[in-house]
Amino acid sequence: MNLLETHGLEKRYGNYQALTDLSVAVPQGSIYGLLGPNGAGKTTLIRIINQITGPDSGEVLFDGKPLSSSDIYRIGYLPEERGLYRKMKVGEQALFLAQLKGLDRATAIKRLRHWFEKFGIQGWWDKRVEELSKGMAQKVQFMVTVIHEPELLIFDEPFSGFDPINAQLIRDEIMELRKNGTTIIFSTHNMASVEEMCDHITLINKSRSILSGPIDEVRRTHGSNVYSVAYRGSYERIAQTLQQPGSGIELMAHHTDGTTPVLHLRSALDSTNALLQQLMPLMEVVALNPLVASMNDIFITAVKDYNQAHGIKTA
Amino acid sequence: MKQIFLILQREFNVRVRKKSFIIITLLTPVLFAGLMVLPAYLMQRDDEQLRHIAVADLTAAYDSVLRSSPTLRFSYVHDTPVDELKTTFDKAGYYGLLVIDSVAGNPNPQLTMYARRQPPVTLLTMVESTMEKEVEGRKLSAYQIDNLDQIMASVKTKLRCATINIDSQGVEKRSSTMVAMGVAYVMGFIIYMMVLLTGNMVMQGVIEEKHDRVVEVIISSIKPFNLMMGKILGIASVSLVQIAAWVVLTLLLSSTAMNLLGADAAAQMMSSSGIEGVTDVAAQPANEMLEAIRNLDFGLIIGSFVFFFLFGYLLYAALFAAAGSAVENEADTQQLVLPLTIPMVLGLMVMLFTMKSPDSPLVQWCSMIPFTSPIVMLARIPFGVPTWELLLSGALLVLTFVGCTYVAAKIYRVGILMYGKKASLQEIWKWLRYKR
Repeated sequence: MNLLETHGLEKRYGNYQALTDLSVAVPQGSIYGLLGPNGAGKTTLIRIINQITGPDSGEVLFDGKPLSSSDIYRIGYLPEERGLYRKMKVGEQALFLAQLKGLDRATAIKRLRHWFEKFGIQGWWDKRVEELSKGMAQKVQFMVTVIHEPELLIFDEPFSGFDPINAQLIRDEIMELRKNGTTIIFSTHNMASVEEMCDHITLINKSRSILSGPIDEVRRTHGSNVYSVAYRGSYERIAQTLQQPGSGIELMAHHTDGTTPVLHLRSALDSTNALLQQLMPLMEVVALNPLVASMNDIFITAVKDYNQAHGIKTA
Repeated sequence: MKQIFLILQREFNVRVRKKSFIIITLLTPVLFAGLMVLPAYLMQRDDEQLRHIAVADLTAAYDSVLRSSPTLRFSYVHDTPVDELKTTFDKAGYYGLLVIDSVAGNPNPQLTMYARRQPPVTLLTMVESTMEKEVEGRKLSAYQIDNLDQIMASVKTKLRCATINIDSQGVEKRSSTMVAMGVAYVMGFIIYMMVLLTGNMVMQGVIEEKHDRVVEVIISSIKPFNLMMGKILGIASVSLVQIAAWVVLTLLLSSTAMNLLGADAAAQMMSSSGIEGVTDVAAQPANEMLEAIRNLDFGLIIGSFVFFFLFGYLLYAALFAAAGSAVENEADTQQLVLPLTIPMVLGLMVMLFTMKSPDSPLVQWCSMIPFTSPIVMLARIPFGVPTWELLLSGALLVLTFVGCTYVAAKIYRVGILMYGKKASLQEIWKWLRYKR
């Protein structure tokens, strides 16, 4: 069961193509990662889901029905460009934002008290926002995003601006919310957090979805040709040979593990045997292991490959 | 609707609770009342001062013609030479020295007032009119006409032209150009001030929201159009509360002050100035003026004021909001605010021209064009405006308001999400063609 689906979304701003035929399916109760370089179209997609802007064509289904204006009360959104009225008091402002999300005053106060306690910030109610540090303000931000207990939460770069302790606090809260059945979409550049938290991902590049699916599957299918090779021999000679076109092997990284040098290779060859045959004349192979590629590698490779295939220069 | 109200409430509360709002709301009436009361007070003070004038009558023909009054005392000085008096009169305690001299070939005496400072006009008028009367009287009696006093009394004539507005049914109304001008000027000016001030507040509010990065959080819960309208209406209610507080406090303060200064200070001023005749000349138009004020159609004037203020403000506020959405900080607003301010300033200038000729084509056109009509039409109303013109002007204003708000909302919607740069007019033009 998908809580949210988009079908064939298109969006243009003047001459700028922001989304092309974009379809995603966000399963109920999952944490869904939206990845992609800056300017790929992630924020546009998020804004369409939040009904801040509308698609030129295509549709958005929420809970099986076309998105309607009352759905904003069932969605919580923490934008990347986020802030609070600096001159307003924390409590008053949280109350205002909670009421905008459809809560009545009494419920809003009750829930806010609970969250203030949970975050240990009871003393802040009458403080002005401008007196808070950036990290403190972000806690308040997070609180008002989830205060109306939405079924779908959307976080755009949620960890930027947090110190490690607060980031961990927010991460725990997100996991807690998921445990209680909330579906979460988050857009980020932080690949470590994607690996740690996401169940599904979609990678958007140049307005299109170029990679999509459950994260395990993505990592399996896209990581199967990467190997780590411990060896003895001359790195210069190996590098020279592998860099010649047509070798079928791409040198991705080189480091020393203890005393033994290690290469990370991506192979376009049919089998591990074929790879070994290529490598053996160049070095003494000490060990060869298939690697599950990190999301970081998958991200970079997928974007690079896509841009090369479409003749786009990577900035 | 509930959301618009939430926004309205926030905008209102935040502004009304500001210290600066409270101070301005309380201090401005003090200033206004001061401006109303102080001149009267000062004139009263001035008049209470006794002025002692030395009179050197070189002709020796006008002895004791000038009589002392409570505020002026004339002392005829005979024994000191004039040249000496000129240097010493102030040491002798005189305010000034009046020299009455004759000139060969001129039947009239020549009057010269010597004073260390410029003497007040009331003093000069008093001296002139008393002396004129005396000379006239002597000339007349030189003709040796019998019953001169009776004749003089019977020929004495004073004429004033009353103005009465009459409609085609023959219903008459006493009017006063002075009153019409006063009312027109005050209303036009208030609208000009309030629309510009309040429009600027709207713009600053939009910039603040964008600058504080809170806007995207908010528009995930509310449509940008509703946010804009809530803000505009919230700030409008702040202004209305402020205007109401100003009017009430100013009236209260000035009437209290007038009472403290002593009853009818104004009347006292007139009589103590000692200008004969001024009192009854002034009294007559005062009554007429009161009647003219009473004859003004206050229902129409107040109704039109509220209507034109409201829609004039809404029209400009939407445009100011759009301008605010296109920039990130206040320093960048200049280029966008100028095109909004120019029609207002034009309206103010035409309003001043309305005083001179309320029915000229320029005035008529500007009272129709919605960007100037709130000011100019209001200035025309006290002079009388055909109903169809009033209705047409109102309808055009409402239509333009709807159109402009539509356009402004489109710009606003895109502008509030454009971070980190200031948009040029060209870019704003492009935004207009974005789809939702």
